[in-house]
Amino acid sequence: MSTDLSELVIGACARHGNRPAALLQVLLEVQAELRHIPPEAARRVAECLGQPLSRVLGVAGFYAFLSTTPRGHYHVLFSDNITDRMLGNMDLLARLCEKLWVERGRLSSDGLVSVDTTSCTGMCDQGPALLINGLAIPGVTPERLNLIAELILARLPLESWPRELFVIQDHIRRKDMLLNHDLAPGDALRASLARVCEPGSPVEAAANERSWREGIPTGALCATLGTLEEIKRANLRGRGGAGFTTGMKWEACRNAPGPDRYVVCNADEGEPGTFKDRVLLSVHADLVFEGMTVAGYVIGARQGFLYLRGEYRYLLEPLRAVLARRRAAGLLGRGILGQTGFDFEIDIHLGAGAYVCGEESALIESLEGKRGIPRNRPPYPVTHGYLQRPTVVNNVETFCAAALIARHGGDWYRRVGTDRSAGTKLLSVSGDCARPGIYEYPFGTTVRQVLADCGAENTQAVQISGPSGVCIAAGEFDRRIAFEDLPTAGAFTVFDQGRDMFEVARNYSHFFAHESCGFCTPCRVGTTLLRDTLDKIAAGHGTRHDLAEIDRLNRVLRMGSHCGLGHTACNPTLDTLKRFPQAYERRLKAMDFVPAFDLDGALAPARRMTGRDDAAAHLATEARE
Amino acid sequence: MTDTFLLDDQTVPFTPGQTVMQAALAAGHHIPHLCYHPEFHPHGSCKLCTVKVNGRNATGCTVPAQTGLKVENDIEELRTLRQALVQMLFAEGNHFCPSCEISGNCQLQALGYDLGVMSAGFRHFFPRRPVDASHPDILLDFNRCILCELCVRASREVDGKDVFAFSGRGIHKHLIVNAATGRLADTQATAGDKAMHVCPVGAILHKRVGFAVPIGERRYDKTPISAQALAFAPRPAVGEGGEA
Repeated sequence: MSTDLSELVIGACARHGNRPAALLQVLLEVQAELRHIPPEAARRVAECLGQPLSRVLGVAGFYAFLSTTPRGHYHVLFSDNITDRMLGNMDLLARLCEKLWVERGRLSSDGLVSVDTTSCTGMCDQGPALLINGLAIPGVTPERLNLIAELILARLPLESWPRELFVIQDHIRRKDMLLNHDLAPGDALRASLARVCEPGSPVEAAANERSWREGIPTGALCATLGTLEEIKRANLRGRGGAGFTTGMKWEACRNAPGPDRYVVCNADEGEPGTFKDRVLLSVHADLVFEGMTVAGYVIGARQGFLYLRGEYRYLLEPLRAVLARRRAAGLLGRGILGQTGFDFEIDIHLGAGAYVCGEESALIESLEGKRGIPRNRPPYPVTHGYLQRPTVVNNVETFCAAALIARHGGDWYRRVGTDRSAGTKLLSVSGDCARPGIYEYPFGTTVRQVLADCGAENTQAVQISGPSGVCIAAGEFDRRIAFEDLPTAGAFTVFDQGRDMFEVARNYSHFFAHESCGFCTPCRVGTTLLRDTLDKIAAGHGTRHDLAEIDRLNRVLRMGSHCGLGHTACNPTLDTLKRFPQAYERRLKAMDFVPAFDLDGALAPARRMTGRDDAAAHLATEARE
Repeated sequence: MTDTFLLDDQTVPFTPGQTVMQAALAAGHHIPHLCYHPEFHPHGSCKLCTVKVNGRNATGCTVPAQTGLKVENDIEELRTLRQALVQMLFAEGNHFCPSCEISGNCQLQALGYDLGVMSAGFRHFFPRRPVDASHPDILLDFNRCILCELCVRASREVDGKDVFAFSGRGIHKHLIVNAATGRLADTQATAGDKAMHVCPVGAILHKRVGFAVPIGERRYDKTPISAQALAFAPRPAVGEGGEA
């Protein structure tokens, strides 16, 4: 084997302490260097980390951004969210393939380039977008595409490409308490450390019990419990979509037995149509890390992880720079702000193209270097998380809000929003509107208000919280963004009257089939069956029978699936079927049943080989009418 | 006084730490399953054992038994679900019972009969899955693999060999073996391994013993799988880590 490859693998493993949990990070480094994981590299990685080769290959085969077969020196992935579709990404892809003389999904014969699609890359406000060797290029116009093709054909290294190709806009359109915050780095931590107990308060009583961690002065206990009390008083709920009460989560983790505990920030923002975490990490990284550090202080953790989705690879170095600055300022590391015993460190872990890792237990598996399969629960991460230790997993936006609450207090926070949904919510607005971007609103804001603010006209439907959320029609625009009405992780995708809602659902069905982890039978098979059924309808072979089939699949997925991906996979189809039945019905054939197998279509290769396309070379079937 | 829960109006005793599945089987009640095996840690992927626990869907093999639980198992709603799941497993692989050596000893086939699956139900995928006949004693027929992970768990937990693993994702998930060549012959696998004796279908076959028992006289030819609950009941652990 080549010494280069050996050195590469040994170096990558050594940088991660040869820990088996670093398997995914090591494979990402190998992939970045060699554009794939050759068999010899996999064998060397297995050796270095003391893992069976089958495990290494299993992980390499799970993540979309890893490949065991060669990819082009330039590997281009077009984001394939519905918003990219609406902006013509398929035409651009075809055009690029033509220019580069390569077939989609294949490696060019000279090994120079490969072109394919990938799930939503979180650039919906500036699409169509693509990734080239993992780096994001937004706003791909025909002109920019020509430039990209020329740069590839000139074999210019990516580092020498014009920087302006890679510029990502923040597009912050509306600010409220979070985006308007005035916290300097360390403010929330100083406020937490200074928090004192009110005499006779429950916090003081709890602090005096000192039951959970021996040897901590009452003062420090009082400060941690006091901060926890503010988070609880704020009634902060998780911003990742599920809306679990953050204070309860932190308290359960803090009270869980065992010496080590962990704080994990879920920045695996994979829901199609969501991109607000990207902007928070670009503009307010300090606030995110500050919130994580506050969590570490409250629960008694010494280690935190930011799980950054692979699509946001370009943020890695800037985020590391922020961490370094915070370390130098005494806001990370040992004895934070001079407080003995307050030690906290944050590492960044890269994802590799797997939507399911946004599910917290799958994310933890991935952090441990494994295939991202959701765990059986209970037990929950608060008691058995990373390495089976108590772990708090929160969304990027949740940590930002927690930092604000640590600084300003719970009462300050909950004065905004509704009774059951305190504070504000960041929305990632995209689709058919004049001003796509980030909008921060107090909870309780109507959909109609958001539509007016973003300049949406003739709106037919809005997909709230992405495909796993809900699709609403014009009659429902007075509904409100709030946990008690329209809970959302942030995606707000607008479709005007010109859009075909069937194609929206079909795009989402492809997404779920592609992203199913394959662990459980109903989701593994059911998402593929749903995708194929919608493709059949799109091809003009659909019947009433297929609509009944969708209903049946939904029941199986809902009852039997292992996690939320399977539970919600049919939602976009059912929502659009209910609200826009005409989008389906106009495609259906009158008859009750048509087989999915297209007999005449199967003869196409024979026609191609014989160079015939006359009437006699076709089967006259009803399906072709 | 023993702890008990209710399984379809029958009182089932359990010892603390048992799952609903373990307790039910030990009491002679069958809950359909494929990826559960009494000697291995349950993981609940096939979803055949989905039951309603106090009204909520859960996998019987992973949910801990608790006093006073009301577990529904033999009801129409779950029968419909299980039929669909069996049909899905048939659809995603290549299962040709009449020509399969394991016919009559196959749990997937037996469950199909037992649940009254009378038709294909879904469009079949007909995937291309070449067999691996490289090993002198074992034939791997991936066409029949239902991804239950039992061989993976057995090889890891009992044999200590990690011969098997999964790669791929979603519908492309597939069984792989621990060799750079991808051939079973190049792994540490031997015919005596636990992993070679846990396949519920015909994916792992032993060579030169085919049809030793004629079809028609095999395990599930004689008695339906649902009447054989005690055969799947928890038993003492074999090897380390295999707590039942």
